[in-house]
Amino acid sequence: MPATAVPVALSNEEVLRYSRHLILPEVGMDGQLKLKSAKVLCIGTGGLGAPIGMYLAAAGIGTIGLVDFDIVDRTNLQRQIIHGTKDIGKKKLDSAAETIADINPNVNVVKYEVALSSENAMQIMKGYDVVVDGTDNFPTRYLVNDACVLLGIPNVYGSIFRFEGQSSVFATTDGPCYRCLYPEPPPPGLVPSCAEGGVLGILPGMIGVMQATEVVKLILGKGDTLVGRLVLYDALNMRFREMRLRKSPDCPICGPDRSIHQLIDYHQFCGIPQQPAQAEPAAAKNGEIEPADVKSLLDAMHNFILIDVREPHEYQICNIGAKLIPLGELPKRLNELDPQAEYVMHCKSGMRSGKACDLMRQNGFTNVRNMKGGILAWADKVDPRVPKY
Amino acid sequence: MPKILIPTPLRQFAGGNDAVEAAGSTVGECLEALTTQYPDLRKNLYNDEGKLRSFVNIYLNDEDIRYLSKTGTAAKDSDTISIVPSIAGGR
Repeated sequence: MPATAVPVALSNEEVLRYSRHLILPEVGMDGQLKLKSAKVLCIGTGGLGAPIGMYLAAAGIGTIGLVDFDIVDRTNLQRQIIHGTKDIGKKKLDSAAETIADINPNVNVVKYEVALSSENAMQIMKGYDVVVDGTDNFPTRYLVNDACVLLGIPNVYGSIFRFEGQSSVFATTDGPCYRCLYPEPPPPGLVPSCAEGGVLGILPGMIGVMQATEVVKLILGKGDTLVGRLVLYDALNMRFREMRLRKSPDCPICGPDRSIHQLIDYHQFCGIPQQPAQAEPAAAKNGEIEPADVKSLLDAMHNFILIDVREPHEYQICNIGAKLIPLGELPKRLNELDPQAEYVMHCKSGMRSGKACDLMRQNGFTNVRNMKGGILAWADKVDPRVPKY
Repeated sequence: MPKILIPTPLRQFAGGNDAVEAAGSTVGECLEALTTQYPDLRKNLYNDEGKLRSFVNIYLNDEDIRYLSKTGTAAKDSDTISIVPSIAGGR
């Protein structure tokens, strides 16, 4: 499948390195040369990107493009095994490229330190044989899909949530695309992210390895790929299921009457106003209070109620003595609270408590403030003994 | 009764269950029984016009009901109905 010219031969070092491939009839010298001449683009070097990048490097993919603009932090290390403790603070691109070079110095790594966007996606993706989607948000997933369909590049898809994962292969010549499976994204806020919902660290390993396997099969032209099939994996019950996936006749980008002919504004499509680095809900900006000021109120024995809207298992990790009412229970428990009283709400980073403040105000509570930055900011600004998670 | 498998993101709206048996002779009736038992699920499965949301796919065994008879698809006691919402995590 790769359009690139097949290189003449492997070096003696490569013959030895790939010997377990070379003696497999399904790979052999021809297959290994196909892998060496292949160009694969990995979008993201996080949970899914880590095993994808590492296994593709080990397998001998000749050119691996990496797209990421993030920095390695400690919370990544529970699952992003391409990065190590020594890499904290480093660019993920540099850290990933170093790991790949260590695994297989024969790989040519091309780094793209950008957020993939409608403006740059076509330029970056053009010329690659396969694209692997290891992103973590709906706008980028639709963007990757659409660019793959428009460029005619297979899109090896994987996504994860808590203990569950999905994988498939989209945008092949006759196969369905991501929009055939899901024509529209969920409204923002309905599906929590990994940062909010948590994720089993091993889960992206499992799904990422499935994606890497599909990449290799697509390049070799061997086996039965996930084109037209959606694999669902449930780690908690260790169960795999498979759903049939069809090319939708109504698909707006790969159907016969397609209405999308070029990349669109994916943030708008996903209902997300484009305000990068503005994480707080609009309403939260009114009625915010700094953690230090909350501390002063507590120290002064001021008469107010401090409410933590995180989950009980988060409260166990750390708490600052607030009354615990998880956001999901708040609507049913408002009757426990006096609408005349003064409240400060907090959560981990200020998002959920912002929603809690909105909810309370809608229900007649007039004196409600949101602790800015949540317990993470409390740990930074008030009490460093409180662990951050 | 047909069994409905509840995906992780929606379990919080279904009493924490990963599977619920729901009476009905069609997929639509089974989903109706499910959302009657767990009303919080309703807004996650249906839009304001009462139609299934387009980021939630419903499968009867391994087939998407969009390619069968949609919610009118007949369901037997031995059938499994899967709710498969779109998820985006990857980092």
